[in-house]
Amino acid sequence: MINFGFTINKPRTIDLNRNNLNKSNEVIREMPELQTCIGCGSCTASCTAGNLTDFNFRKVHTLVRRGEYQGAYEEMNKCMLCGKCRLVCPRGINTRGVVMLIKRKLGDF
Amino acid sequence: MKHVIVIGGGVAGMQCAAELAMQDIKVTLLEKKSDTGGKVRGWHKLFPTFTPADEVLSGLRHKMALTQNITTKTGCEATTITPQKVTLSTGESINCDAVVVATGYTLFDAHIKEEYGYGIYDNVITSADLEEMFNKDDVRMKDGSTPRRIAILHCVGSRDEKVCQRHCSKVCCVTGVKQAIELKQMYPAADVFNFYMDIRMFGPGYEEMYREAQQKYNVHFVRGRISEVSPNIDNRLQIKAEDTLTGRPLKMGVDMLVLLIGMKSNDHNASLKADCGLQCQNSGFMQPKDSFLHNTESNIEGIFYAGAITAPKNVAEALNDGATAALRVKDWLNKQ
Repeated sequence: MINFGFTINKPRTIDLNRNNLNKSNEVIREMPELQTCIGCGSCTASCTAGNLTDFNFRKVHTLVRRGEYQGAYEEMNKCMLCGKCRLVCPRGINTRGVVMLIKRKLGDF
Repeated sequence: MKHVIVIGGGVAGMQCAAELAMQDIKVTLLEKKSDTGGKVRGWHKLFPTFTPADEVLSGLRHKMALTQNITTKTGCEATTITPQKVTLSTGESINCDAVVVATGYTLFDAHIKEEYGYGIYDNVITSADLEEMFNKDDVRMKDGSTPRRIAILHCVGSRDEKVCQRHCSKVCCVTGVKQAIELKQMYPAADVFNFYMDIRMFGPGYEEMYREAQQKYNVHFVRGRISEVSPNIDNRLQIKAEDTLTGRPLKMGVDMLVLLIGMKSNDHNASLKADCGLQCQNSGFMQPKDSFLHNTESNIEGIFYAGAITAPKNVAEALNDGATAALRVKDWLNKQ
């Protein structure tokens, strides 16, 4: 085939018509407190891993809740489970528990 | 002549007393401090119009002096309250026909959020401290020099489970923007950063003030909660947050950090519940009979509420509450 130099990008849109929210709903069912996140970023600001790598806990759990599971397990593996995020969370979310839960739910994804 | 006791000489209490007095009702206004005026005495200018707080207070004092019906008792606290009698901390009790509780709120103690270093680092101050500095026309760092970079942090002691303050204190966002503008007016060369979670500009003129802060005063807004403060090598304050809109951690050195402290319910409210049978909300603020048609009435007939005793309120709302409570009291007295 002649290469015309064009490529087709995968759409970047979070498509809530297509995303399968089953896993996301399971996560929320087991830890309903995750829904109370106000996205203040205290977790990421205090995160040791996030200061050294591009790991961003707030972003990853939000993507999981939107049904964007690709790469979430690998991302959560960057967490060192130090628990500083849990100390600062103004909503009192068990953030470490969320990391473990997402890893458990999406390990085989 | 009917006699009503108004407990609390802040703006809500003063307004309520003045309105009652004009209806030919005898009023005793109780204030625990040495003078009336409440928290507003400590404020410099009020948002969004930058009206001097003194102007509001002198207006209220003038209104209270229009009749001879008000007796103000300062330096005394009410201990037990019934619709017919109020007992004071001095042991004295006063008979009455109705009571209005307008004891307001307590400012959140910033020492509790130790990670922000209030009381540990010199140039971490609260929004109330800054108002005092504005009043003295002396906004400076501890060593007397001019701040070149100032950060203002929203939601200190509000929306924070860790300090048992789940509610939004409502006025801090607006105060933060107001103080940023005042700081820029004072020091045009300084950089002012607001660290916010949500900017809640709920009132008339507030959004316009926010826009003015961005457009005219070049105040910077960063969406993220500061997680900790530490001193850096040149003795400035190093702050850390996530810039949530870019998704990356952020750090910067600032000369001064202003903590926008929230409104906490009075500890005294618990004893109003235990000793007087009045109902409290989970937030510790008192529970009005309902939120719409009877929002200045308590669960006990003859005991009324005005101002920030029932929820965080701005000055205008507290003033409206004072007037509404006066009307409700008058209706109730007429029915007796």
